[in-house]
Amino acid sequence: MTETTAVTSSTPLSLTSGQLPRFIEPGVLALSLVLIAAVQLVLGGFEPATWLVFSAVLYLVAIGVFSAIVEGRRKSTDRVIRGLVTAAFILAVAPLISTLWTVFSKGMSVMSWQFITQVGGTAFNPDTLEVTATPGALQAIVGTLIITGIAALISVPIGILAAVYLVEYAQPNNPLRRSITFLVDVMTGIPSIVAGLFAFSLFALIVGPKAFSGFSAAIALSVLMIPIVIRSTEEMLRLVPADLREASFALGVPRSITIIKIVLRTAASGIITGVVLAVARVVGETAPIFIAASFTDNFNANPFQDPMQTLPVMAYTAYSFPGQDIAASQAQAWGAALLLVILVVIFNLIARIVAMVFAPKAR
Amino acid sequence: MADVATAPTPPAKVASNIVGKRRAGDSVFLGLSTAAAVSIMIILAGVAIFLILKGLPAITANWSEGDLAGYQNKNWSSFWDYVAPLLWGSIWAAFIAMLLGTPVAIGIALFISHYAPRRIAGFLGYIIDLLAAVPSIVFGLWGIIVMRPLLLPLAQFLNEYLGWIPLFRGPVSSTGSTMLAGGMVLAVMILPIVTSITREIFLQTPRLHEEAALALGATRWEMVRLAVIPYARSGMVSATLLGLGRALGETMAIALIVSPSLIFSVALLTDGYNSQTIAANIALNFPIATDLQRSALIGTGLMLFVVSLAVNMLARYIIAATGPGAKGRKRGKRS
Repeated sequence: MTETTAVTSSTPLSLTSGQLPRFIEPGVLALSLVLIAAVQLVLGGFEPATWLVFSAVLYLVAIGVFSAIVEGRRKSTDRVIRGLVTAAFILAVAPLISTLWTVFSKGMSVMSWQFITQVGGTAFNPDTLEVTATPGALQAIVGTLIITGIAALISVPIGILAAVYLVEYAQPNNPLRRSITFLVDVMTGIPSIVAGLFAFSLFALIVGPKAFSGFSAAIALSVLMIPIVIRSTEEMLRLVPADLREASFALGVPRSITIIKIVLRTAASGIITGVVLAVARVVGETAPIFIAASFTDNFNANPFQDPMQTLPVMAYTAYSFPGQDIAASQAQAWGAALLLVILVVIFNLIARIVAMVFAPKAR
Repeated sequence: MADVATAPTPPAKVASNIVGKRRAGDSVFLGLSTAAAVSIMIILAGVAIFLILKGLPAITANWSEGDLAGYQNKNWSSFWDYVAPLLWGSIWAAFIAMLLGTPVAIGIALFISHYAPRRIAGFLGYIIDLLAAVPSIVFGLWGIIVMRPLLLPLAQFLNEYLGWIPLFRGPVSSTGSTMLAGGMVLAVMILPIVTSITREIFLQTPRLHEEAALALGATRWEMVRLAVIPYARSGMVSATLLGLGRALGETMAIALIVSPSLIFSVALLTDGYNSQTIAANIALNFPIATDLQRSALIGTGLMLFVVSLAVNMLARYIIAATGPGAKGRKRGKRS
């Protein structure tokens, strides 16, 4: 089997013969970047977006051709695919960075202590016929916290208990267990706006046409949040070693106590992390809150009555239905968006810290 | 551990009169957790029931009399006449997003699972997951001020040279509120979900398959093509379907970016002839609608619910029936 394959090239036979040198990929990349930049500058008009796109295309073509000449078709395909896959990753990171940069640069212009602590809105002075817009997001911050808080209060117990049922009680082939697992999967796919319509319909049939309330929005968010909590709790409960349960049973501890004091306690950090991440996921939901709680400029801290403002809805309405001073409205929208992003970041940080601090000590 | 056979024979039968004491706490806890699990069914059923209850008046109403669709000023003969173009719009927008997003998402998943250095792969995965954490409204606002102007030159180029294809027909939008821009933003938003699922499945490829391919002299791409992709094919299909489900229901990006009209259209580059999606139509009209118009909107929401439910069920069915280690993959961990 080891008959020498004919080496046609005249280069001395070594392990690296017939291969491109290691620096060929960064080299070709740098070359194509410079080349495209030069072409763009000559033609006039340097544009970062097209520069990167054309450089990537040039790089892929060049590396493919070089490699095909020296290394053969198979290696060449391999290198082109490697380039494509890397480009795909960069393509996904670009919008992330661009989005965060846009939100921060636009939002910082209105961000101030007043913006956070003041109730914003427009006031009309009938004497001078002047409309004054006050920047402020307090009503939205309070609304977001109340609505998300209630949603968490509803979905966390249901989610954790349902996960306990699925993992601890139901036998793997129990038909109830199987159908509920399936339904939870399906429930994660409910469009968020449908959850909002559900909450609105529910309250419209109970309370009548003026059904908008923070509580209704919280119900809508719970519909979205419960499956996320179940999923993550389930994962965490499955990680608890069966030995722990068996040891506890062997000591004669009843099942419920075993679950509460051994299983849930062991998985606590993971469960809390999952819950916080679920909160972070629903806090930015716009459509369901917009449908169920509507929007308002008034300060309303009563979740059971009247529309309630929230940060994502504030960002949407201020942009889509601006007041007379369009620039001020848009600034409000960006401010709300920035606050929302900050809130999401805070929740994510809390989740990470909880995961680190409360992780079960490995011995 | 090898000689289990020498272990003392297990007690033949546990005496049947030893029965654990029934404790109140146990049955209460069991009852509570069962109730929580069953409530999932109730909630899902509730969603369907209340949407039907509230949407039915508009679905059965006589559409030739009143102006049920509100602002549209069109003469719809029935609810189905009204919902059909919207349904088309939803599917079309989601299709565009999938077309643009799925190849990239699978590429990212491959990059993280098989190309990136092992040490930083976890971190790179975390970055992509961050995309999922960005609220949709933020993507919508970003789409307005970044994506719309960015795509304008491309739109002009496509229209100038390929304008004879219905997709790229004019008049080209001057603001950029096109279906193309909406689809692009939607594609960004479905990236994380498709990526995370395909990545998981790529990582589950049996190590031996990969090493066997490499040992036979396959290049990395040949290894991926021969060992990883066949193994992950059904997972990729269902990940795509789950992404489709997400794209169908996404509201804000489309509502903010695309300027729509209620027509059947495939145009990507105009701002007057874009199709409208169900979700965006609801978001735009809900606040100003009358009671019966709201019923009509809820009726369209019911249609969206049915479609995305069907897509999700199909995806889950494919995972359950044909996925790698279809049975016992998850359960295996526990036993």
